[in-house]
Amino acid sequence: MHGEAQGVTRHVLENGLTVLLKEVHTAPVISWWVLYRVGSRNEPTGHTGISHWVEHMMFKGTPKYPAGVLDKAVDREGGIWNAQTSYDYTAYFETLPASRIALALEAEADRMQNALFDPDEVESERTVIISERQGSENSPGFWLSEAVRATAFRVHPYHHQIIGDMADLQSMTRDDLYTHYRTHYAPNNAIAVAVGDFDRDEMLAQVEALYGAIPTRPTPPLFVRPEPPQQGERTVRVEREGSASTIFTVYRAPGATDPDWFKLALIDSVLAGASAPGGDSIGNKTSRLYRALVETELATSVGGGLYPSVDPYLFSFLLTVRDGRRIEDVQAALDAEIDRLVAGDLTQAELDKAKKQAKALFAYGTEGVTGQAFWLAFSENFSGYEWYLRYLDQLDAVTLDDMQDAARRTFKRSQRTVGWFIPTSGQGA
Amino acid sequence: MILPVESLPGPDDIVRRELPNGIVVLVRENFNARSVVMAGSLNAGAVFDPAGSEGLAAFTAASLLRGTETRDFAAIHETLESNGASLSISAGLHTVGFSGKGLAEDLPMLLDLLSDALRHPAFPAEQVERLRGQLVTGFKIREQDTRYMAGRTFRELAYPPSHPYSRLPEGRLDTLAALLREQLAAFHARHYGPRGMLVIVVGAVTAERVISLMEQCFADWSAPDQPDLPLSPDGVALDSTRTQMVALPGKSQVDLVLGVPGPSRRAEDWQAATLANAVLGVFGMYGRIGAEVREKRGLAYYSYSRVDGGMGPGPWRVIAGVNPANVERALDAIRGEIRRIVSEPVGEVELADVKANFIGRLPLQLETNEGVAGSILSMERYGLGLDYLRRYPTLVSAVTPEAALAAAQHYLDPDVYALAIAGPELTDAPGAAEAEV
Repeated sequence: MHGEAQGVTRHVLENGLTVLLKEVHTAPVISWWVLYRVGSRNEPTGHTGISHWVEHMMFKGTPKYPAGVLDKAVDREGGIWNAQTSYDYTAYFETLPASRIALALEAEADRMQNALFDPDEVESERTVIISERQGSENSPGFWLSEAVRATAFRVHPYHHQIIGDMADLQSMTRDDLYTHYRTHYAPNNAIAVAVGDFDRDEMLAQVEALYGAIPTRPTPPLFVRPEPPQQGERTVRVEREGSASTIFTVYRAPGATDPDWFKLALIDSVLAGASAPGGDSIGNKTSRLYRALVETELATSVGGGLYPSVDPYLFSFLLTVRDGRRIEDVQAALDAEIDRLVAGDLTQAELDKAKKQAKALFAYGTEGVTGQAFWLAFSENFSGYEWYLRYLDQLDAVTLDDMQDAARRTFKRSQRTVGWFIPTSGQGA
Repeated sequence: MILPVESLPGPDDIVRRELPNGIVVLVRENFNARSVVMAGSLNAGAVFDPAGSEGLAAFTAASLLRGTETRDFAAIHETLESNGASLSISAGLHTVGFSGKGLAEDLPMLLDLLSDALRHPAFPAEQVERLRGQLVTGFKIREQDTRYMAGRTFRELAYPPSHPYSRLPEGRLDTLAALLREQLAAFHARHYGPRGMLVIVVGAVTAERVISLMEQCFADWSAPDQPDLPLSPDGVALDSTRTQMVALPGKSQVDLVLGVPGPSRRAEDWQAATLANAVLGVFGMYGRIGAEVREKRGLAYYSYSRVDGGMGPGPWRVIAGVNPANVERALDAIRGEIRRIVSEPVGEVELADVKANFIGRLPLQLETNEGVAGSILSMERYGLGLDYLRRYPTLVSAVTPEAALAAAQHYLDPDVYALAIAGPELTDAPGAAEAEV
């Protein structure tokens, strides 16, 4: 199979591995990604956090590259490598000087098949991961996010944090982890992407040579439980030590392939400020919420978020209450702004500005090869890489009426969860 | 090392121009993307804060984009955001740094706004108070943050109170609350000026155009009474171990910082110190410390070392986040690795590894306009010369195991250090009895 758009070609090897290639010759570097179609979305209770823990174990060695060898090899070549576990995927990448990219290709092909999961390493990593969770627990925002997520999703596994519940981190076994690895780490469940300074045909030949013989595995059974309809507003409070009250209000929102997603992305820009796929953002001081909440000295920061997810997820608002203000008043001001938008007062000027911001941010995001490779792999996972290539066109097609309709469908009180963090000491509100 | 050094930014493709009023402009053209980045600094950092008014330089810098004589807050940010551009200004210890980014056609707007903010800020009273509220809230949040509190407390322990490095630029809650709008305006009038100012532009614009724009925006700026930047005293050293525990109820994890005053960026043994540090706690998965604390003993999610450098003797320190029950074991491991790095030369292979890393990572560091701008800023600020990146492989290669050992011995001591710990109350807190600050 073969397809091409905007310099990207898509190939599917006989064993089912999807390969996306894009030549970029602005700097002598290449980024290589391998993404597996499994994340916290697929984790049943009792195994929460297993995708992330398996990701850690992938750095613990194979017979060919024992633990620590690749860390040093990649550093020696002046490269970077890392991994990330998210709701819908687990991904690994190396970005290296172009002449050294073979190391990345070999390393990922090797650990797709041969990761050791040494029992002693599993136990040692258990304490590391518990430490990672405890580090997050030091932040009030982590507790609030965990509580809101668990309230907004009763059934769907989006209800737990990616790191997992402490009880599961204490009880999961080496065999649990290894089974997860053997089930999901297969060429036919993976997407590989190279972006950078290479010749396409040579790169494809290299990929085929290293990955072509990796056996196909049975299509993994995916644990997915759809969230039933929400029947009324939900609220949750976290009361702990801290210093500032925080509001995390979330509305149920569609997944990334829903036509409403791009309309809501523009609404996010108008309400809370522009941000782009990849995390780039510019200031949000002219956004509606900044003017209504920060300029009026109710809050000290506002942010919005809409994540391109496989299953329906959340449109979120995060606000830090200004010292000395009442959280009820800040929530009321936020609600008033959302109501105003739903009532239909968006302007063409706001829409035009949001589109221009998106274009600039998209241009910044395509400067580096690592970010481009990530976005190709990421969007291929939920939709097809054209989602990313057509990102600006999709935004450009949105009209004012589209946005109003999407706002009315999304911002319903009955479809939201209101989370408050209330500090129990210090001088917060 | 296979590295085509001639492809790195150097004297033949970085244009450097000094304006008559002292501003130094450096430009590197890059037409591969449509964007342009701008970065720079001027000499108005927290080192100028009068005693009792700590935080003045930071508050002043943070106020500059809140309103000028001809533009109000909304106008400034509408100009930026409606073009998808960004501009920020903030104070560090020595300098006020600024950075901006936009599409290439918006560079005139960015430089014009920068000039207006640096030269004609109005410090609108209402905006200053709004900002103060944000700073106070942010301050209170950070005072509950274990990593921040360990880092801040470490500075108080590692440097004498009179040394600028003993504190962070942001000041204290009480000084922040007391600073008057008039003090911000007076600080600006006294310390902002073109002498010592650096502006770096990298992106899809010609050098000629940048210099012409800079002349339009800044050539008529003068500030004859602008004070010179005082150097932070070198030669600071601890004579005994100083330890402090900061108790933050309700936390799950402890953050700790253990270290000493280290080399400045200009120190002769800077390069040797950075290589020794990479062996100690950076290379691979956090170097020897990572191997011992995280990989072998499973004690921490992160545990690494860093050497800051900078205009003065910035800290050289180990940073770790560990479970409260594992603090003593982690500290033992960390002290053990410090003892080893000051007792015996690093291995030939270890040194070759970190040298390969330092040299090999240049292409990645210089892939983006931001990366190039940051490198040029360092070259100019520390007087390294525009050929520095091209000489860099030679400089790194020349460091011997003996030089790395000497640098480590010069600064580090496993028995004398500052140690700050922040987290839940420890029943057997190390050094709890000797806490003294």
